[in-house]
Amino acid sequence: MTPIDLALAAGAALIGLSAAAIALARHRPACAAVHGAAVPCALALAAAGLWALAADAPPGAVVLPLGLPWLGAGLRLDALSALLLMLMGVGGAAAGLYGVGYLRHETEPGRIAPFLPGFLAAMALVILADDAFTFLLGWELMSLLSWALVLAHHRAEDARRAGLLYLVMAGFGTMVLLLAFGLMAGPEGGYGFAAIRAAERGPALTALVLALALAGAGSKAGIVPLHVWLPAAHPAAPSHVSALMSGVMTKVAVYGLARIAFDLLGPVPWWMAPVLIMAGAGTAVTGIALALADGGMKRVLAWSTIENVGVILAALGLALAFRASGMPALAALALTAAFLHALNHMLFKSLLFMAAGAVLGATGRGDLDALGGLIHRMPVTALVALIGATAIAALPPLNGFVSEWLLFQAVLQSPALPQPWLQFLVPAAGGMLALAAALAAACFVRFYGVAFLGRPRSDAAATARETDGWSRAGMAALAGLCVLLGVLPGIVIDLIAPAVRLLAGAGLAPQSGNAWATLVPVPQGRMSYSGLLVVVFVALSGGAAAWLVHRLASRRLRRAPAWDCGFPEASPLTQYGAGSFAQPLRRVLAPLMAARERVEMPPPGAVAPARLAVHVEDLAWTRLYLPLAAGLDRVTARLNALQFLTIRRYLALVFATLVLLLVGLALWN
Amino acid sequence: MPDAAFDIAHLLAGSLVLVSFMLIYQGRIHALLNVFALQALLLALAVAWQAHMRGAHHLYASAAIALVFKAMIVPWALHRMVRVLGIHREVETVVGVVPTMLAGMALVALSILLMLQLTRGAGNPLSREDLAFALSVILLGMLMMVTRRNAVSQIVGFMSLENGLILAAAGAQGMPFVVEISVAFSVLIAMIVIGVFLFRIRERFDTVDTGAIEQFRGEKRA
Repeated sequence: MTPIDLALAAGAALIGLSAAAIALARHRPACAAVHGAAVPCALALAAAGLWALAADAPPGAVVLPLGLPWLGAGLRLDALSALLLMLMGVGGAAAGLYGVGYLRHETEPGRIAPFLPGFLAAMALVILADDAFTFLLGWELMSLLSWALVLAHHRAEDARRAGLLYLVMAGFGTMVLLLAFGLMAGPEGGYGFAAIRAAERGPALTALVLALALAGAGSKAGIVPLHVWLPAAHPAAPSHVSALMSGVMTKVAVYGLARIAFDLLGPVPWWMAPVLIMAGAGTAVTGIALALADGGMKRVLAWSTIENVGVILAALGLALAFRASGMPALAALALTAAFLHALNHMLFKSLLFMAAGAVLGATGRGDLDALGGLIHRMPVTALVALIGATAIAALPPLNGFVSEWLLFQAVLQSPALPQPWLQFLVPAAGGMLALAAALAAACFVRFYGVAFLGRPRSDAAATARETDGWSRAGMAALAGLCVLLGVLPGIVIDLIAPAVRLLAGAGLAPQSGNAWATLVPVPQGRMSYSGLLVVVFVALSGGAAAWLVHRLASRRLRRAPAWDCGFPEASPLTQYGAGSFAQPLRRVLAPLMAARERVEMPPPGAVAPARLAVHVEDLAWTRLYLPLAAGLDRVTARLNALQFLTIRRYLALVFATLVLLLVGLALWN
Repeated sequence: MPDAAFDIAHLLAGSLVLVSFMLIYQGRIHALLNVFALQALLLALAVAWQAHMRGAHHLYASAAIALVFKAMIVPWALHRMVRVLGIHREVETVVGVVPTMLAGMALVALSILLMLQLTRGAGNPLSREDLAFALSVILLGMLMMVTRRNAVSQIVGFMSLENGLILAAAGAQGMPFVVEISVAFSVLIAMIVIGVFLFRIRERFDTVDTGAIEQFRGEKRA
């Protein structure tokens, strides 16, 4: 038995589960059981990936007699696929575990259970594909099944709209990827990945394919301006599906890009790297700025996913620049940062979406301004959400810090690049990424503070109950991994080293043997970081501070109303809310989101209250998509007249076309 | 003598184009049908001359088909149709004669330019010029279909287009005889079908002006 056999068995079991769930969709306990049974299958996928990575054996390949008769379905498990399989398996298992509990209070379990295992299997198919046909088949299955999951609550207008938008964008993405693979396969139609690797291409064609792949994978991952469906569709799905879409599916999309850019295309001209870097940095800043301005709990998380995808994309671009300039060791550093951040983002974003789902289930309210004070009513959810928020804000000693730190180490090495353009551009992109990281911290202080701290802003929040044990177990597992990867990152970095070596041509020096679990990513550099030492320091200083405060300041526990600054009976609405917390940053970043504020004063003598209206828009939507849609409408309205011509006019059209073509032929000769 | 043979072939093909122009400016339907019969007669002569020149005997059959069907049966049938329908007075060009003639000249220039350019260095000059004339006849036939409103004139345009096809087929060596026969028969059948439709249209609308059908569909807004 080899890792790929294990992965195939697990994938087949997931497909079987989907089929069984269709039959059992009417029974609530059966739907929960399907979710439960998906957990070991997903864990088996993760184990297959882990096994392949740890053994670092030559890739296993299988050709299944499915699909096109003369082609079959080629599957291959190399180090990069193994890394993604591990990521996907862990995310899928946590989502399945959480889903067992979630389905108890879900109104439409029969609309979720049949699609979830199939969605996992489709993502595994994309990861394992070894020819363009299988890849695109898996990609399309992944899109369609997640679309069905987004439409689980299809009676809600929002969900329907999100589903339509998602379907359009997914269709666009697949079409663009189809073009990219067609160009790579060339006129002979070598659609196997081995044939694509072997083919020779000029730099212009390579750049074109990379640009198409960026648009195709980017529309799935959420790269600005192709991100518009993401803040609509991710929140519309059930929470564990949101976790899968944000945490795992975006990574599968990034995998597609990395597979094409680093593996299939061969050498890429260096001037494509700045495109990726600037797209990534721009995506990061735009995403997090809009996350700051949004008031919906899950929408904030979806916008933050866009930011993190931007960070990963920038790291990939940096790796591309280093590799094109013949610096494989630095490329390995940037790639390690990208993959580690992908893994970390899967962990904490899934965790946060699940926590948001728990809050949604407990209160029925998804807008931040209806929540507050949940730390007292949902202590476990509050604790794991705190871990997730700290991790995503990139604070040490959690895992988010490690990958962002590695990324900035790579950015700081950019003066070694030979191209002056890149020497200027990479530090600028680094500045944008630093801005995004700082804004992310502010965003998640707001997220956590408004939802979990303070006093409840609604009755629903005041009467919330802690979520069920299954959901808590799923979240706790992810939180534990977040802490583990933050404190002992060396183990994971060594584990993903084969994938990095495969793409960069070199790996980082082994990290797990260093004293105090210290990371020393650049051997000759003086940079090092030890999560373990930070933990020890935080524990010592925090413990000492707590001890001192209790010793000197408060001998006994006192409970007093929060924010009781002379207004003992004031309404909870006088607290800092989501909008007021964001106001300073919203004003500073106003050009990024066309933010406007207007005070509506009542006329003199009227008793109506004054109102503050805040308007924020996604510029990509209002400046790009809406004009595009309006233009399309105008053109189609004009062309509609063509449906009602007379016979003579149709003949004239044919005649004119013929004459035009003949004239063209005459001129061309 | 080969030069004289060439000139005669050239003359016949050129007259086909000339008659196509005559078709374009005919206002009365009976005159139009007579000119069409003339064109079919010229076609039969041109094809027969090709057969004589190249010693290709099956082309005599093509010439005979053109003579019998297109110069006699089709015009006779159309004359009868026009009489039965009582539409012999109708003048129904959509575009004026002058612009149509100008457009026709441009089309002839285009097809000669194009054909002589495309077939440079290939084949003998006769079949090259034959092809150019044939394309001109085809384009003029289409032009006629586009610029006429009366269904009978549109049929004539279609038939004249088909004459161009036969001319091209006769000029190009190697077109199988079976293809010519089937083309001839399909044109005949097309004429019958269109004729039947004409009668039906007439029964329904009391006119064969296709503009009336447009009005009936509610699309031609006044």
